[in-house]
Amino acid sequence: MNTLEIKNLNVTIDGQRILKDFSLTLPKGEVHALMGPNGTGKSTLAKALSGHEDYEIESGEALLDGEDIIGMEPDEIARAGLFMAFQYPSEIPGVTIANFIRAALTARLNEGETFRAPDFYKELYARMDELKIDRKFTSRFVNEGFSGGEKKRCEILQMAMLKPRYAIMDETDSGLDIDALKIVAEGVNKMRGPDLGILIITHYQRLLNYIVPDKVHVMADGAIVRSGGPELALELEEKGYESVTAEPAGASS
Amino acid sequence: MATTPDINIERDQGNFHYDTTYEYDAGVGLNDQTIDYISKVKEEDEWVHDFRRKALKIFRDKPTPTHWASKDLENIHYDKIRYYLSKGQRPSRTWDEVPEEVKNTFERLGIPEKERAYLAGVEAQFDSEASYSNMKEELAKQGVIFVGSTEGLMKYPEIFRKWFGKVIPIGDNKFSALNSAVFSGGSFIYVPPGVKVKQPLQAYFRINAENFGQFERTLIIADEGAEVTYMEGCTAPKFETTTLHSAVVELVALKGAKIQYITVQNWSANVFNLVTKRGLAMEDAEVKWIDCNIGSRLTMKYPGVVMRGEGARGEVLSIALAHDGQHQDTGAKMVHAADKTASNIISKSISIGQGRSTYRGIVAMPKHLKGCKNNTECDALLINTNSRTDTYPAITVRGEQNTVQHEASVSKVSAEQIFYMMQRGLSEEQAMSLSVNGFVNDLIREFPMEYSVELKRLIDLEMEGSVG
Ligand SMILES: Nc1ncnc2c1ncn2[C@@H]1O[C@H](COP(=O)(O)OP(=O)(O)O)[C@@H](O)[C@H]1O
Ligand SMILES: [Mg+2]
Repeated sequence: MNTLEIKNLNVTIDGQRILKDFSLTLPKGEVHALMGPNGTGKSTLAKALSGHEDYEIESGEALLDGEDIIGMEPDEIARAGLFMAFQYPSEIPGVTIANFIRAALTARLNEGETFRAPDFYKELYARMDELKIDRKFTSRFVNEGFSGGEKKRCEILQMAMLKPRYAIMDETDSGLDIDALKIVAEGVNKMRGPDLGILIITHYQRLLNYIVPDKVHVMADGAIVRSGGPELALELEEKGYESVTAEPAGASS
Repeated sequence: MATTPDINIERDQGNFHYDTTYEYDAGVGLNDQTIDYISKVKEEDEWVHDFRRKALKIFRDKPTPTHWASKDLENIHYDKIRYYLSKGQRPSRTWDEVPEEVKNTFERLGIPEKERAYLAGVEAQFDSEASYSNMKEELAKQGVIFVGSTEGLMKYPEIFRKWFGKVIPIGDNKFSALNSAVFSGGSFIYVPPGVKVKQPLQAYFRINAENFGQFERTLIIADEGAEVTYMEGCTAPKFETTTLHSAVVELVALKGAKIQYITVQNWSANVFNLVTKRGLAMEDAEVKWIDCNIGSRLTMKYPGVVMRGEGARGEVLSIALAHDGQHQDTGAKMVHAADKTASNIISKSISIGQGRSTYRGIVAMPKHLKGCKNNTECDALLINTNSRTDTYPAITVRGEQNTVQHEASVSKVSAEQIFYMMQRGLSEEQAMSLSVNGFVNDLIREFPMEYSVELKRLIDLEMEGSVG
């Protein structure tokens, strides 16, 4: 029950099959890394699971704590507890970060619950301090005019505030310098715990030095071809994708 | 949306209708007798009657301006409209005396409640005449006049006649001529020198009858150094047939005076809303139009300011929201007629689905003037690919001693942006609403508080209906 279980997912875009019988089980409390060369379908997986309408799910299941999220609207999936940190976050002109997160939290309130602004700001400032985001950013418009690193930190800030059950981080490390990378990693490590499962999508091993995963999966051509422990990431770094994916799937796990 | 106070209100707030009877009815269609009838029941002076007759002739002679404006104007059938419907010409001073169904109407629209909360005076017009009109006593003591047009022309001709039809002449356009022929209702306001009316005066225009035309006429005079804010709201039930609303609003700000005129137009989608609004600003005076058009089938409205005295200022801040089947054709006219005059136009339009927004602006700065300034900003937001927006700015600046700044932008709420927001848990409607609020926020911040809350709520209600 306490897993995000993806079973035999087949996804097409414009009639072209991108994910091919993709399966992966992410238990709550664990951090898994999904690695693979560009164009193998990592972002496709993230967006298809999030309910993006461009991605056609032909068959398969995605059970979030037992509930199949396939076919649900993106906002329903989000409120069910799946968060995605975007590889390319959108800008929202005129909407401040504080208002945006506030609206997202308000959308999660149950009947009879009210939004408590003082608690909200207290927590928001604490998380911003941890992620070394200047407090002035609360009144900046979401992602507008942000540097690549600021955008990624803002994604992690949202993740921290929205407290998902499962998070998919799509190339959060790309575009980050080493200092920003450490800050982001620290933020994520703080969130690690029994109530959160994290899938880190990356194609470099670098981030995994700071967020040490419980498992590493290697993806090629729309499916996982090998799974293993953290050492698999190092092997990839050393030998490259080609030689690693040449070995039969599951050989080292 | 999440960040505005949660007021529990039906989506089509104004979409209800009470059956009622009218003691006064000018019948269907427009002819000389229509005008004679209106003049007679209002017991008007002969000069007013003549004014109407002259106007009717001009209205008939002027072509419908379809060479530049929407062809949809051809769908107004003047011979099928009722031009005057009322229960009487004298408004009540207390809500208790207002006829039951009329009182219920305004209560449903929240007018008496707002009056108690923050207004200095209220006029509530039901079809052709005001049913209720009242102002705080202390303002009357200061010499402020706030009455309907009939009462204004009858009781205070020495004040109002001087400016009546002067800021907007009868023949300004076809619809100002129509209004001048059949006008009824609206507000006549006079604020004596130096009097600053702190709370807003409010007029509420309600159309209740089908096949009806409402033609209110408003004239506001702020004497030297006086200040006043006037707010108007309007709604109508949704009928299958078309309804016509054609008002004329004239503002006169004498030396050093300030007039702020705020409109929340939320007509139902069968209303043709063709309104002429212009203000005259004398030396160091200021006229500011805040104009929000959310409803109607076709709105044509270009509030203007003629800056006649040195140092005069004119401002138009406008928001237009066009849904499927709606065309908001709005803009501003700034006429600089003295040195060191300054004007500012900020226009934001939102087009959704098949909705269409048009901006038309005129800024005139003749060559002989010095030290004049204009700033114009027009921003359009498109909410799907079928939406349409047009901008026709005409800046006629002659002379090198003046400065003009013009910026325009068109942006879209993209599918990726909506997906991003939905991934955070917002419904599609909430995501749209938040985007639209983001687009208008910096402008709404300039508006008075009560008004910005109301406007945000209306936008949210509009967005609820826009998805699906
Ligand atoms: N929206 C889209 N439209 C068309 N093709 C797409 C779209 N998104 C991804 N693709 C294609 O799907 C494949 C996988 O892309 P993606 O999932 O982004 O890979 P990765 O994230 O692993 O680099 C690529 O061939 C890419 O061109
Ligand atoms: Mg990718």
